[in-house]
Amino acid sequence: MLGNFDFDVIRRALPYLFYEGMTFTLTLTALAAFGGLVFGTALALMRLSGLKLLGRIAGIYVDFMRSLPLVLVIFWFYFLVPYIGQWLTGASRPISVGAFASSLITFIMFEAAYFSEIMRAGIQSISRGQPAAASALGLTYAQTMRYVVLPQAFRNMLPVLITQTIVLFQDTSLVYVLSITDFLGAASKVAQRDGRLVEMYLFAAVVYFTISCIASFGVRRLQARIAIIR
Amino acid sequence: MNYNWNWGIFFQPNPMGTGTYLDMLLSGLVLTLETAVLAWIIALITGSIVGVMRTLPSKGAYWFGFCYVEFFRNMPLLVQLFLWFFVLPEILPKAAGLWLKQLPNAPFWTAAIGIGLFMSARVAVQLQAGIGSLPRGQKMAATALGLTTVQGYRYVLLPMAFRIILPPLTSEFLNTIKNTAVAITIGLLELTGQARSMQEFSFQVFEAFTAATILYLLVNAVVVTGMRFLERWVAIPGYITGK
Repeated sequence: MLGNFDFDVIRRALPYLFYEGMTFTLTLTALAAFGGLVFGTALALMRLSGLKLLGRIAGIYVDFMRSLPLVLVIFWFYFLVPYIGQWLTGASRPISVGAFASSLITFIMFEAAYFSEIMRAGIQSISRGQPAAASALGLTYAQTMRYVVLPQAFRNMLPVLITQTIVLFQDTSLVYVLSITDFLGAASKVAQRDGRLVEMYLFAAVVYFTISCIASFGVRRLQARIAIIR
Repeated sequence: MNYNWNWGIFFQPNPMGTGTYLDMLLSGLVLTLETAVLAWIIALITGSIVGVMRTLPSKGAYWFGFCYVEFFRNMPLLVQLFLWFFVLPEILPKAAGLWLKQLPNAPFWTAAIGIGLFMSARVAVQLQAGIGSLPRGQKMAATALGLTTVQGYRYVLLPMAFRIILPPLTSEFLNTIKNTAVAITIGLLELTGQARSMQEFSFQVFEAFTAATILYLLVNAVVVTGMRFLERWVAIPGYITGK
């Protein structure tokens, strides 16, 4: 079985796999995590705000996103984004957005639903006395959130946020359904071109496993450190 | 938006000759549910075994459980499905590999087993947390009553732990249903797959995906309602959720 295992295929494909594939995967992960966090925090603030209507809208959005499979959401945005672009710019034909833009929008919108639940828990973990003290000091609502509540919420939720980002990193492999050259996409293109499925998929598995393992090990250490402080 | 809406498309015959487009989507829904249920059974059984192992005093059992969970959690589900579907038949001995490749419905079995094992790691972590959340006294009381370790788990710890973790298990079951959509990549024509092929045949993108979305929402609603009844039915008296 492993007798005709061809390591040379992997070695030759390395530049393509990492410069094209992994760069795409990591850029998408980083930007989607950042965008998802910003949008997700906004959703969490909407849900916790006193305005019932805002809270309902955010709640429906989050529940909706969380009940659909990511693959279906990827398809939705892939087909929908060109039409939205056309509508926004008033063009006569659907706007063609690149693979990267379409997948970035998808992941920001999708992950925001998950990040918002994490941030909501983080904000709720702050004791009531803190916003009360902040408003006693004369801070406005926005200032209270900006200087008192959110920094602590982010900090408390940091391990969970990173864990969700690891999940996001793994989930980006699903852009495979759009034939995008992310890390797995690159591996699978080489695999099919050279007829070396075993080598390429095993290698992809090892790379994903190693990166995720190191990252989750880091999360565990971080958790231990935060646990001492609190 | 100058898009050509046509909601009547669902009642037109599909090019496969298996009835209307709606029939096509419904057959996808059935396949989604079949895959999810089989995967969930696998996830519950293996997940429970591994979850229990992680709570046993034995160091070996703990480490086995730890490695098992890390293995299945640190690889994308898509990559795992590829390993089961493309790699496994090649690295097995020739006869076994050939048998696997010629298996009828290979995508279905691969998806159910692959997703089942993927989810089992999550079930194991939940169960470990559930057992860990029980007061230490429960285990001691079981031992004091003369129950063996197996009996202690069977009659005391597991019935309590499973009831406690029922809410997170509900969301893991919903995740299992959603994860079946990944099987589109190994050619399983479940609900998302059927919506995708309906889009390719009819060019009615939004109708196809809207229908699939509604079906997923319906399944979610049914599962959540069913689990709420189950939760009330198995609630432990004296606990917050109890009667």
